[in-house]
Amino acid sequence: MMREPNVKAWLGPLLAAVFAIALPLALRAFGQVFYVSFASQVLIYALAATSLNLVLGYGGMVSFGHAAFVGAGAYVASLLLHAGVDSAWIAWPAAMAVAAAIALATGAISLRTRGVYFIMITLAFAQMLFYLANSIKAWGGDEGLTLARRPALGFGVDLADELSFYYVALAILAAALYALHRLAGSRFGHAVVAMRENETRAEGVGLPVFRTRLACFVIGGAVGGLAGALLACHGKYVSPNVLHWTQSGTLMIMVILGGVGRLWGGVLGAVALLGLERFLADFRIGWLAALVPNYAQHTSLAVGVVLLAAVLFAPRGLAGWRRARDG
Amino acid sequence: MAEPLLSVRALAKRFGGVLATDGVSLDLAPGELHALIGPNGAGKTTLLAQLAGSLEPDAGSIVFEGRDIAALAQHRRVAAGIARSYQITSLFARLSVRDNLALAVQARSGSSFVFWRPRSAEAALFEEARSIASKIGLAGREDVRADALSHGEQRALEVGLALATRPRLLLLDEPMAGLGPEETARMIGLIERVRGGTTVLLVEHDMDAVFRLAARISVLVNGRVLASGSPEAIRGNSDVKRAYLGEELAARTTSDPP
Amino acid sequence: MPLNTPGDGSGQVLFTLSWILLVEQALNGLQFGLMLFLLAAGLTLVFGIMDMINLAHGSLYMLGAFFASALVEATGSFVAGVLLAVPATALAGMLLERALLRTLYARDHLSQVLATFALILILNELVRIVWGSDRPLAMPAALSGPVELLPGLYYSSYRLLIIGVGFAVALLLHWLVARTRLGMWVRAGASNREMALAMGVDIGMLFTFVFGLGAALCAVAGALLSPLLAVQVGMGENILIVAFVVIVIGGIGSIRGAFVGALLVGAIDTLGRTLLPIAFSAFLPPQFASAAGPAIASISIYLLMAVVLFFRPQGLFQARGQG
Repeated sequence: MMREPNVKAWLGPLLAAVFAIALPLALRAFGQVFYVSFASQVLIYALAATSLNLVLGYGGMVSFGHAAFVGAGAYVASLLLHAGVDSAWIAWPAAMAVAAAIALATGAISLRTRGVYFIMITLAFAQMLFYLANSIKAWGGDEGLTLARRPALGFGVDLADELSFYYVALAILAAALYALHRLAGSRFGHAVVAMRENETRAEGVGLPVFRTRLACFVIGGAVGGLAGALLACHGKYVSPNVLHWTQSGTLMIMVILGGVGRLWGGVLGAVALLGLERFLADFRIGWLAALVPNYAQHTSLAVGVVLLAAVLFAPRGLAGWRRARDG
Repeated sequence: MAEPLLSVRALAKRFGGVLATDGVSLDLAPGELHALIGPNGAGKTTLLAQLAGSLEPDAGSIVFEGRDIAALAQHRRVAAGIARSYQITSLFARLSVRDNLALAVQARSGSSFVFWRPRSAEAALFEEARSIASKIGLAGREDVRADALSHGEQRALEVGLALATRPRLLLLDEPMAGLGPEETARMIGLIERVRGGTTVLLVEHDMDAVFRLAARISVLVNGRVLASGSPEAIRGNSDVKRAYLGEELAARTTSDPP
Repeated sequence: MPLNTPGDGSGQVLFTLSWILLVEQALNGLQFGLMLFLLAAGLTLVFGIMDMINLAHGSLYMLGAFFASALVEATGSFVAGVLLAVPATALAGMLLERALLRTLYARDHLSQVLATFALILILNELVRIVWGSDRPLAMPAALSGPVELLPGLYYSSYRLLIIGVGFAVALLLHWLVARTRLGMWVRAGASNREMALAMGVDIGMLFTFVFGLGAALCAVAGALLSPLLAVQVGMGENILIVAFVVIVIGGIGSIRGAFVGALLVGAIDTLGRTLLPIAFSAFLPPQFASAAGPAIASISIYLLMAVVLFFRPQGLFQARGQG
């Protein structure tokens, strides 16, 4: 169906944009600059979750190893900065390129498998990188690497300033969302969704399933790598934990809670999950504190319960695009 | 025959202890409508899958338009001109008829590695989808979701998806499965319209349709071609009558007009 | 983090290779492999029969360890504590199955992954709330000394116990699966569920039993390994991945595959950590060898998995029938 420019469709994103732009200014006005840094973190995770959403939500590829790409990007950016390469214009594209290369290599093997094997092998590859990072002393080993400062972006933008970093991250996220929007409407996007819906028939009508999925996987990996680079630069720290499979799980939770296969799924999920954790940590809930005194240290319990409930009580199975049973 | 369009020699496929395809040899002449009949479990779908490229044979050769395609992946065979429809309806259930057909047209015409330009801008693509919808009798139903169609309409879309790739060889796997008499007549009409430029290998149980449409018939039993020839020859073949649902075939022989 | 080396592990790369070291490491590999088998067997059964990915399998391993630690402290006896931990964990597993997990059998794999991942989070936190982040579990005094296997070859008697128990349990499992009616149903369920249903097997009870059996096996491994590793929240996650690697290599649903896979992985992981640094130091300059050796060793099992899957995407053995 041909779509004319739809004012209603742009209203939501417009409001979100206005809110996102105004937020740090408001926070600074109220003296809550710490929360600007937190907001940047949310944006970065939104980017990471969006990159997984492409692979998992649109592509239907249940990759449990997305942390590999985010982590790879984080390490590449960190190692470059650590080695004296000061420019984000080198560090960030390099992070994307390496993450894409890893996605290409691991995807070429993983995508030959199906169903459970695919889930396990993507998981295993990520763990592989985790142990690798853990054992290489030059990369900081299990203690990780601390960066002296954030990279330089030029053009008078100082990434050390929290507001500046926030706006840069926002711009990148906005660009990524727009790119995803175009991708979803393109031939490629339609092909990827078709393969998710009915792989057999997609192959049957002549769509090159393996190649297309691999491309999708690589794009997701590249953007994940960018998110990783931003993450490392934001916190000025990287450790093997960013590669741990529980990180992959966290990203998956975000995509699921936010809406698989929907444009804003990654964003909503990141806001919801990180928001929930931040809320539990910073705002005291009286009755809860009476029950479990240090409940703030057990936020993963809340996350677990919410996720379990989401899975069990989701109306039509979890991800709307999945039927009751796998093919 | 003159240079066959498709030439299959000694094709074999084994599943564990079962020899599903046992040295099948077959020739299809260009433009011919060749029917493949046989009892359930004879290996007809397995054979189609090997021709289409979704199943790899253990032995034998498949030569299409003079070219050995045994090693060719399925999507490349579609590009080469071989398309199949499925016995158990396999559509993009949650997409509309239009989107279903658009996908097949997209696969045929140009690359799917277009990342930026919206597909909705491609008028030619949707024009072609519309024309195929018309051809298969679904004009006016293009906006309906595939899983909301009637069974007969779904079977038509099944064939339509294969047609959309403009195949030179069309492999139809029981297109009439589960159709009532009216729908069957429509499907027969559709296949007759298609028959002209396209070579068709039709797997079917509906003997009426088979004897009406087929120029030649092959009988597959236990993975082997028992007999192959004109409809009359097959009708009169005693081996076929014995091995296949004998009574039904015998009844046809005596009651059909010459 | 290496799973199978005692506390002294890091740093030393240039050993003199002696046959004693080799035998010792081979035995360590066997010990690790057998414990891995206990985990993998339960996992592959649940997977093969109920077609469910259970990420919380590692949490059962953790529960087994925590139960053992608590019960050893309560009873004062290592043996009693460990023996009681097994049925306790099995019970917990079966309750979990009945109350929660059986609703997941009909769901798609993604839902199962997410739900059981949620369970990991929940169980980790619950354990932390009840028992704290870690607990002690000391090796029984009687077994903390070495045994002289051959002149000059000393080996930890506790690890020998693990090997012994590991083999015994493996044999018991083999007997159960291959020689009893119950086992027949289990095998039928693993290779063809519809057939098992047609045979009149009470699928519900069978599933609960299989899950309880898996939990029991986890408990044995968890309790026995605890004096060597540590009883801590999150201990399940690391070994869970290795168990999945084992069953992917061995073939999902196949206990034989789990056995072979576990021993392979145990051997390659343990021997790799010892031999690879030495091998590398023979070929590479020291500063590379000391980094490359442990690094490659830590990922050796994943490389093995990648290689196996490349040639046999469905694993070495096959329990599942077609379709």
